[in-house]
Amino acid sequence: MVRSPHRRLGLGLAAAVAAGQCAAAELKDLHYGEAMFEANQGRFFEALVRLDTELAQHYGLDEPALDTLHHHINGAEFSVGDFELNYRMHNRAGRAIRAVLEGNVDEGIRNEAAFRLARIHFQKDQLDDALHALSRIEGDVPEVIRDDVEFLRANVYLASGRAHDAVEALKPLRDSGDLAGFSAYNLGIALLQDSDEAHAIEQLDRAGQIKASERADLAIRDKSNLVLGTMLFEASDFTRAQLALDRVRLDGPFSNQALLRAGWAEVSAGHQERALVPWGILVEREPTDVAVQEAMLAVPHAYSTLDAHGRAAVLYGRALETFTGEIGKVDSSIEAIRAGRFLKALTREETHQDRNWVVRLRQLPDSPETFYLTDLMASHDFQTALQNYLDLEDLRAKLVSWRRSFDAFEDIIQLRAGNYEPILPGIDAEFRELDSRIRVRLEQRDRISARLHSMLTAPRPDFLSTADERIMAERIDQIDARLQGAGDAAAPDLERVARLRGALTWTLETKYHARLTEAHERLFELDQHVDALKSTYGAYVRARQAATHSFVGYDAGIARLRERVNSALQRVTIVMARQGHAIETVAINQLKFRRERLVSQQTQARYAVADSYDRARASQPAGAGR
Amino acid sequence: MPLITRAFVAFSLSLCLGIAVARAQEVDRQQMKGLDEQVQDIKTDVLGIAAELNLLEEKLLYPSGTQLAVFVALAQGDSVRLDAVQLQIDGELVAHYIYSFKELEALRKGGVQRLYVGNLPTGTHMLEVSVDGKLEGGADYSHTGQFSFDKGVGPKLVGLTVSGPGSGQAPVELGNW
Repeated sequence: MVRSPHRRLGLGLAAAVAAGQCAAAELKDLHYGEAMFEANQGRFFEALVRLDTELAQHYGLDEPALDTLHHHINGAEFSVGDFELNYRMHNRAGRAIRAVLEGNVDEGIRNEAAFRLARIHFQKDQLDDALHALSRIEGDVPEVIRDDVEFLRANVYLASGRAHDAVEALKPLRDSGDLAGFSAYNLGIALLQDSDEAHAIEQLDRAGQIKASERADLAIRDKSNLVLGTMLFEASDFTRAQLALDRVRLDGPFSNQALLRAGWAEVSAGHQERALVPWGILVEREPTDVAVQEAMLAVPHAYSTLDAHGRAAVLYGRALETFTGEIGKVDSSIEAIRAGRFLKALTREETHQDRNWVVRLRQLPDSPETFYLTDLMASHDFQTALQNYLDLEDLRAKLVSWRRSFDAFEDIIQLRAGNYEPILPGIDAEFRELDSRIRVRLEQRDRISARLHSMLTAPRPDFLSTADERIMAERIDQIDARLQGAGDAAAPDLERVARLRGALTWTLETKYHARLTEAHERLFELDQHVDALKSTYGAYVRARQAATHSFVGYDAGIARLRERVNSALQRVTIVMARQGHAIETVAINQLKFRRERLVSQQTQARYAVADSYDRARASQPAGAGR
Repeated sequence: MPLITRAFVAFSLSLCLGIAVARAQEVDRQQMKGLDEQVQDIKTDVLGIAAELNLLEEKLLYPSGTQLAVFVALAQGDSVRLDAVQLQIDGELVAHYIYSFKELEALRKGGVQRLYVGNLPTGTHMLEVSVDGKLEGGADYSHTGQFSFDKGVGPKLVGLTVSGPGSGQAPVELGNW
């Protein structure tokens, strides 16, 4: 009990902080939000897959600061640790949180990381490491974890045998909201361990009267009263022991033990008749409970001391019958576990749909008697083992389904290959031809553009002449060449040629600017068509690449993944068998222990029946029997 | 045998059994611890496989050039109880999702749901979102919003934030990522 409340609170806190971080800040990265969506539903495997992928992509970028996850990077790093912790991956959670701790973060965040790391170490019984992590907490500690830090520190001290330090750490927490009940109880235990019995009793008395309404707080208050009652009983202070035990609720988890001890307190105080009141209530309860079974022998024992030997004999007989029946039940439970029915019942989907799944388990046919396993099943080790087994079963189902999906992937790839492969060569040939034509035209366009550009600084009117003007210029040149060899007689014609050339030059020169503007306008129009062409070209290239990528290059990846899945499946199967066997073994050991106890009680009852009948007969007046 | 002696015998037997059980428990504990380490290793391995498989699946089924993903979030602190969301792209129904209590709580805590992943060519597209739910007082609430969005050559992420009528925000807000 010293540790479990903290574990409960700690995990709750982690989830709350993770959720809070996401909800409080404006969300910038949808995939981070998606991971939180999965985590908020308790689907930590899916949350981890999403967030791991996101973080890997983020750190793989050349400029992570431009990535949307950058805005949540501290929260994401924390969340990974939280998710891993919730998915019972303490080793990886420790590494993730240590990374935050080593990073360049605010004091508050670093303190929170140190707290979480300490909690992981504590859960793994690495007490020195837990204390070392706690020693790194300094300066500004976030309000939300301030009391939890001290409570954890006290628990680590308690577990390390440093009771006095634990007392000092717990004293300020006595009035600490949610932790008040647990702190008060733990303080009592710490004082006891510190050999300060008087103050321990005083503290447990306070813890046993604390105001509570939550189930866990009520339970810890009951436990305080039970421990206090037992201590006072052992100190022979029966009246005060009785008072403390009377404070334990009759419908709480510690009620049976309290009733049993209350009876013994009365007996020890010499009030055998009064002991029959709590024991009378107790024997009517579930006969698989240790306290109830002990009361079954205690009640006739009380009658026997009251010289009611006849009544004692009857009740011993009833106890004998019950023990014999219970031994039979335990034997069939052991048989059921050996036949694998326990694990089968534990892994049934409907078993875990509500908090009372252990009760549901009892209602399943052929499953073992879980009343005998209640304490075992409530223990942290068993819960971890069971959760591991269930996680392995979940992983096994995932791996099997993934293995099937590879076949589907290969079908898709094959279909795509069948569709594309016959048509792609033709398309490629057609594209190559078009591509070369496009290239020629684009080169032409570039030449024109370069020429027009150069004409802005070095005007060349002849470049902008029309076709007629070019023909005309050539004819003038030809005529001029012919006339050049004709002598003086051709002088008038040469003059005419010169005039014609001049007229042509005049036209070219005067229209040059208008023509240059028009040429630029045409080039602009052409560029629009070229842009459309380039866009279509790009879309085609992407589509062509996508067509190839849709069926090429997957074989090696799928083969590798298939191999990994098969190997993981093999490992899961082996470890699952071992884990299952370990669960069955502890359950059988527990049942064997209870069986041996029952056999011992059966022997006691058998002897006591005979003894009581003898005493009853002896106490009867002579001849009364006849 | 006097009662006190019997009680002592019973106590001694319980003590012996207790010691034996404690020893067995310690062995079991060590074994469980070893198994726990192995389970953690397997989990790490399977998480790695899952991440690689997701990438493969995405590459194969939703290539980056055509990928469209639509996400749904609830406005922070909004009390509307989202029952269902229906999504149409270019007039075609692509998703109709009914929310469980757990999913609704996950959205309320700031989670974002990936409602739809599919393929879409580049260009402008129409998105119609219909939201059904209940208001704080129990009244039915229903709203349909239409949005246009451009799909470029890269993957397109569309975020829809749903708000109730009393929030002062648009019932459905579209954000581009």
